Amino acid sequence: MREASEVVAVSGSRYAPGSLLSVAHLTVDEVSKILAQTARIAAMQYGARSQILAGRRIALLFYESSTRTRTSFELAAKSLGATTTLVSDKSSSIEKGESLKDTGLTLRALGAECIILRHPASGAPFVLARETGLPVLNAGDGMHEHPSQALLDLRTMLTRLYGAERATAVDERSLDGITVVITGDILHSRVARSNAMLLTRLGARVILCGPAKLLPEDALGLAPGVEIERDFDRALRRAQVAMMLRIQRERLAGLELDLDDYISRYQLNGERLAASAPKALVMHPGPMIRGLELSGDVADGRQSAIEEQVSHGLAIRSALLARALGANGF
Amino acid sequence: MSDVLVLNGRLVDPANRVDAPHDLLLRDGRVAAVEAPGTLNGVQAAETIDAVGMIVAPGLVDVHVHLREPGQTYKETIATGTAAAAAGGFTSVVAMPNTVPVNDTVAKLEWMLDAARGSVVKLFAMPAATIGSMGAKLTDFDALRNAGAVGFTDDGKPVLEDQVMRAALVAAARAEVPVSQHAEDTRMTGGCSMNAGPVAFRLGLRGMPVEAEARIVDRDIQLLREIERADGLRPHLHVQHVSTARAMEAIRHAKREGLHVTCEVAPHHFALTDEAVGDYNTHAKMNPPLRAEADREAMVAALLDGTADCIATDHAPHAAHEKEQEFERAPNGITGLETALGLALRVLHRGHGLPLARVISLMSTTPAGITALAGRGALGVGHFADVVVFDAGAEWRFDAKASRSKSRNTPFDGAEMLGCVKATICEGRVVYRG
Repeated sequence: MREASEVVAVSGSRYAPGSLLSVAHLTVDEVSKILAQTARIAAMQYGARSQILAGRRIALLFYESSTRTRTSFELAAKSLGATTTLVSDKSSSIEKGESLKDTGLTLRALGAECIILRHPASGAPFVLARETGLPVLNAGDGMHEHPSQALLDLRTMLTRLYGAERATAVDERSLDGITVVITGDILHSRVARSNAMLLTRLGARVILCGPAKLLPEDALGLAPGVEIERDFDRALRRAQVAMMLRIQRERLAGLELDLDDYISRYQLNGERLAASAPKALVMHPGPMIRGLELSGDVADGRQSAIEEQVSHGLAIRSALLARALGANGF
Repeated sequence: MSDVLVLNGRLVDPANRVDAPHDLLLRDGRVAAVEAPGTLNGVQAAETIDAVGMIVAPGLVDVHVHLREPGQTYKETIATGTAAAAAGGFTSVVAMPNTVPVNDTVAKLEWMLDAARGSVVKLFAMPAATIGSMGAKLTDFDALRNAGAVGFTDDGKPVLEDQVMRAALVAAARAEVPVSQHAEDTRMTGGCSMNAGPVAFRLGLRGMPVEAEARIVDRDIQLLREIERADGLRPHLHVQHVSTARAMEAIRHAKREGLHVTCEVAPHHFALTDEAVGDYNTHAKMNPPLRAEADREAMVAALLDGTADCIATDHAPHAAHEKEQEFERAPNGITGLETALGLALRVLHRGHGLPLARVISLMSTTPAGITALAGRGALGVGHFADVVVFDAGAEWRFDAKASRSKSRNTPFDGAEMLGCVKATICEGRVVYRG
């Protein structure tokens, strides 16, 4: 048989510069630059910061509920001086059947220069970016990706592992020797996909952990440097970072899961953490269900970086917005 | 009807084992003479096609097209779909029944086949196997057969229930036509929009497992065995758009066993893999989906070794606004009539050395046989004057904007093609000139 080269070539698509649809579209240099700009904006005084996007218009288009992502994008945009508008599926013409394309074109006609999209369908931001030509920031699409989450997780890790001064630049070896264990509902997790693809490119080893129903072998194809370990304790013993994920009941679609069994095998509780990973950083993208994927004492404990993740989210998203709108110097 | 001469070409007619320079005289819709070059030079004809340097072959036959009429004429009409067929070298197409309403009665079948629909090439149809393609109660096979049905299918979905499929195979065997099965165990594919595997996982899309295709193929083959044993009938199962190595292997074994199974492969399944979904390209979304490279290779191998009987396009036009949607919401299907020959020649003939006569066989002779289209798929004297003339060496790029189809939903826009149709003649009428 011939090699795949005989497979008929299909032409690719182009997206507006400044879009962030997938972490796979970012070079390591671009990741580094985003971290540098994040630090730069974070260090700015309020007055200077609010000039960065003064007079610019940003639309938040949310087809799914969100607390952290929506609020942090909105606060980030406002802190840079931009005007924002929020359109959600529940209180707009989307309810009347308006398509994603037409919703996007409408926002563009109203002067939106960038759209932040959260959508339950994987790939929806690609449709919006293609059809509007605007820079689109993917704020979570179905089971696909959540690129800004991976970037804020990266900044959180760098800050906690190496200190804030080393969270301003990365290269292919920045996370050499670091093992990140991502545990739980990998199948439905856009956070897991974005993190696995981003962190491995910076030298990290990513161990995915969970039952076969929530973690199929196909996950190995996400990136080189990804491995699967079904035994949580064994995985934890190798972890510098333990990232826990919520069971996404809304996406289980008929999969039956014995929650008691899941908790006994995969819950990160104080006992388990002390025994297997007493020094590991504990992370969770939220929303978390205390008592399910992790216990309350671990969420509130010394090793937890969960609240810091939220703060880094605000900072990273400020830099992504400045980048999307091509603000001076960004 | 006026005479047409096709002169100076290389006639490739697998049914008659001809592959040599010959001239053709077409008269009254039939082949009137097949002669050595020069013999027909003095003959007067209304139209003469100089086929020097060209292949002259029996018109292509597509046993699987969706023409969307009645009911969805914003996607395609019988007139536009068959114009695309003519441009692709096809002279006979078989329309699937999933129109609105479903083609499941004699009246609907006759309406579809009526000359008033403006078909440019010869139109055949496979009506639904079950009423409304709902999978419960069989349509009237005998009456529909008498009205021209060349097979029965619920295409778009499978005949899922064992007893219903068994009854359909028995009734079709008595009517001496095939049951054409869309092999998909829909109990395993709910919510899925592409092939299961690492690409689907990375894209966060639910994937259709290869087993969903194989399970129905295995079940149908088992039904053929049972019916041959218990009923003394010999039903003909035609498996549509086979896409997986696993299902093809089951068909290979069934053929060795002597069961009457035929199957088709769509050009996209031998030319593309699920990697073509890329950035959620809805023009790479169809059902069955594009599969992994090993499956694609198995489709090529089956076409080379004869396990796959024919190439069928599954031409499935959709309007732009339907494809400009979220991947999971966009409808399944791509157009295919104008790219089938160019892809077959490029991938199978040039890429894998499949002789031209075999390509013609896969695209004309065998599909005409599967649907028992009398007098078609061959160019002996007395056969229908269905002819395609093409330049087998011409390289070109397909331009979707120039398509005769009403729709543009193809992953092959700008793709390299080999072999360019110069003329298509259907029952003695020149219906396309390139």
